[in-house]
Amino acid sequence: MSRGMLSRLAELLYWTGRYVERADDTSRIVDAYIHRIAEDPFGDLNAACHSLFAILGMEVDASIPINQETVLTQLVYDQLNPSAITGAVLAAHENARRAREVISSEMWVCLNSTRNDLGLQRREAERVGPASYLKFVRDRSALFAGLTDATISHDETWWFLVLGRSLERIDMTARLLESRLLAAEHSPDWLTLLRAAGAMESYLRQSTGGSDPEAIAAFLILDRSFPRSAYHSLTVADRCLEDLTRAGARSDVVNQARRTIRMAQTRLEYSDPRSLLSELPELLELLEQTSAAANDQITSYYFRQIAAVVWEAEGAT
Amino acid sequence: MMITSTFIDIDPSQAWDEVFSAPGVPRPIYKEIVDILQNFNADDLRFRFDQLGRTFSERGVTFALGGEERPFPLDLIPRIITAIEWGGLSAGIQQRVHALEAFLNDVYGHGQCLDDGIVPRALITSSPNFCREAKGIVPENAARITVSGIDIIRDETGNFRVLEDNVRIPSGVSYVIENRRAMTQSFGSLFSHYRVHPVDEYPARLLRALRRSAPEGVRNPTVVVLTPGVHNPAYFEHVLLARLMGVELVEGSDLVVMSNNVHMRTTQGERPVHVIYRRIDDKWLDPLQFRPDSIVGVAGLVNAARAKTVTIANALGNGVADDKLLYTYVPELIRYFLGEEPLLDNVESYRLGDAESLHEVLENLEKYVVKPVDGSGGKGIVIGPQADERTLTELRAILRGNPRGFIAQRTVALSTVPTFVDNHLAPRHVDLRPFAINDGEEVWVLPGGLTRVALPKGALVVNSSQGGGSKDTWVLADETLAPTPPGAKAWTRAAAHSVAPSVNGSVRQPGPAAGSRGDQ
Repeated sequence: MSRGMLSRLAELLYWTGRYVERADDTSRIVDAYIHRIAEDPFGDLNAACHSLFAILGMEVDASIPINQETVLTQLVYDQLNPSAITGAVLAAHENARRAREVISSEMWVCLNSTRNDLGLQRREAERVGPASYLKFVRDRSALFAGLTDATISHDETWWFLVLGRSLERIDMTARLLESRLLAAEHSPDWLTLLRAAGAMESYLRQSTGGSDPEAIAAFLILDRSFPRSAYHSLTVADRCLEDLTRAGARSDVVNQARRTIRMAQTRLEYSDPRSLLSELPELLELLEQTSAAANDQITSYYFRQIAAVVWEAEGAT
Repeated sequence: MMITSTFIDIDPSQAWDEVFSAPGVPRPIYKEIVDILQNFNADDLRFRFDQLGRTFSERGVTFALGGEERPFPLDLIPRIITAIEWGGLSAGIQQRVHALEAFLNDVYGHGQCLDDGIVPRALITSSPNFCREAKGIVPENAARITVSGIDIIRDETGNFRVLEDNVRIPSGVSYVIENRRAMTQSFGSLFSHYRVHPVDEYPARLLRALRRSAPEGVRNPTVVVLTPGVHNPAYFEHVLLARLMGVELVEGSDLVVMSNNVHMRTTQGERPVHVIYRRIDDKWLDPLQFRPDSIVGVAGLVNAARAKTVTIANALGNGVADDKLLYTYVPELIRYFLGEEPLLDNVESYRLGDAESLHEVLENLEKYVVKPVDGSGGKGIVIGPQADERTLTELRAILRGNPRGFIAQRTVALSTVPTFVDNHLAPRHVDLRPFAINDGEEVWVLPGGLTRVALPKGALVVNSSQGGGSKDTWVLADETLAPTPPGAKAWTRAAAHSVAPSVNGSVRQPGPAAGSRGDQ
């Protein structure tokens, strides 16, 4: 039985996992949009950029025009906003720095040198285009994920990192699909969405659906084996919570997060792929709520237990 | 000559140079290193130097200066201490720690040395770091100074002297460990001619000492390192020590005191804690006892220590023993408590409470170094010969108003070691902070230590918080000692290779692929 890790560290690890994943996913989404905009010079650039901001949950007044420059400064290079790519990398770095004693040195060096190289990469990107910066972030995220899997024991440390990664992935996949619902005419076509989720090649290999929206949505939400599908991410999150529960001694409190995750998983499990498009708004809503609720429940269950303080008389033993 | 092109400005007449006994004449112990360095030009040196810097910034070996994270610059040229020199130094340090332990035990106990007039009672009661709350809190192994850093300098005649004692929360040992790691990786060839004591034993020694200090009856104590958090300049060190000891690094908010027992909050509920290696100053440690506005401390910790459910290391109130005014009494304390003559001299110092000394110092302030008695990190030190007239005038007024708050010392030209600055090697002043661990039975001195370098030309303040750098510090093994017992890791790998053939006395056999070349 595990003795449990410090709640503070668990929270730092969880957020390190989330922020690295966020940097990765955001760079995929931005990359897909930038490609889309470049390929379609007659499209409504402003509307497309607005939909991108909406996916990433950033409030922008609809009357303010946004262009690619705004996207780059606010979604890519902004250091203070943890929803921007650079901000997410810095946030991951800061969390990992404070949890440095429990992750492997290689994981730490990976994030630290990534942070150190951001300025250089940005200057490079200003010369050759933003794609190089986005690729850099994706490569480093992949390296971090690989080191996470290969250089630390798959115990609590790993479970919290992967739990964070999974919940962020569920959230981002839901947001990505939502862009089709919000502003279909300005958002990338379905194949670009697949590319933004890093799912293009896996989808083509296993699917016979071509560019059928139903098949693509089903792949991104329901596929059992693709690691970025919502279903798969829920499964991974559930497994982490199961391992954490089994390792723990706390049978006194019901783990609400696990209940939330399993209910969403069950809902997806019994969805009919053929009627998926009509159910899509409801399912995406469910996924976002699941991600948010699970986040709160994990926080109160593992990170913020309130201990009752008992005062003793001075000098008492 | 190559020597003059690589090493410039070396003038051993001003200060003791560790490497050269006269311009161009290396001391025997440094001969191999100087020979190797002759083969490097400025570009090669710059390359190596940058490589060391990169290793450090990648690994995040930093300290925070004015809120900014900086690497702690590691110089290329090691500082070497011979086995004989080290024998004298470590014995002197052990003696000093024993005397200070005895003093603390006395001061927080019966106060015999005060009754006997060895140390004036007023010195204790007026010390800002004397801590009444510490009375009666004694660790199980009676070691209050689990970790100490006694700062050593070498004067103009080559004599080692104690500059100050640090028995509260001395820092810097992480750089000793990281410096060695970086040097063996980037500059391994330097080691090939020397048998250097390894420094990686420290964490295991520290953990053992901490476990021994655990409250009575705890068979498998839980040890933690308590840090004020990520913004502390030494945070890197806190992380490294926790990691190398395999214990939790906790912040104040991770700990909670319940019924006089200390627990840490974990994902599986509260877990008891028995020994706290704290890296937080006394005054921030417990908001119930000391500063109520402390957010890095743990409420109720001192009471728990008094109830003997937890050990705080280093102990509360140790600051009274590294008060700089008390420093001037340490030789007396060694004679009084141990009945021995001090093995290491102090730097000549003046107590300003004494009217005659005060007069002398005020008259000739430009000759002295003046230090606040409770300072650390080089804060508030005025070096007379390097200060301007305005500073000295202000200082005179301050000293007249508060003579208890300062001591004066003769300005010692610290010894120098060639250091890579501005693309060449030039002499820079160094000191030495060896680290000692007291586990209650034995005071062990880590063979090595932190050699700090004052990087500006002529500067005498070496503290990292004053923009200093450091050097890897090699304590050489005693060649006359018997070979190491099997399994013991006494020498670095590079050194072991270089001695192997002569030990075996046999010609190496060619490997499968070496036949055609002829293994000559």
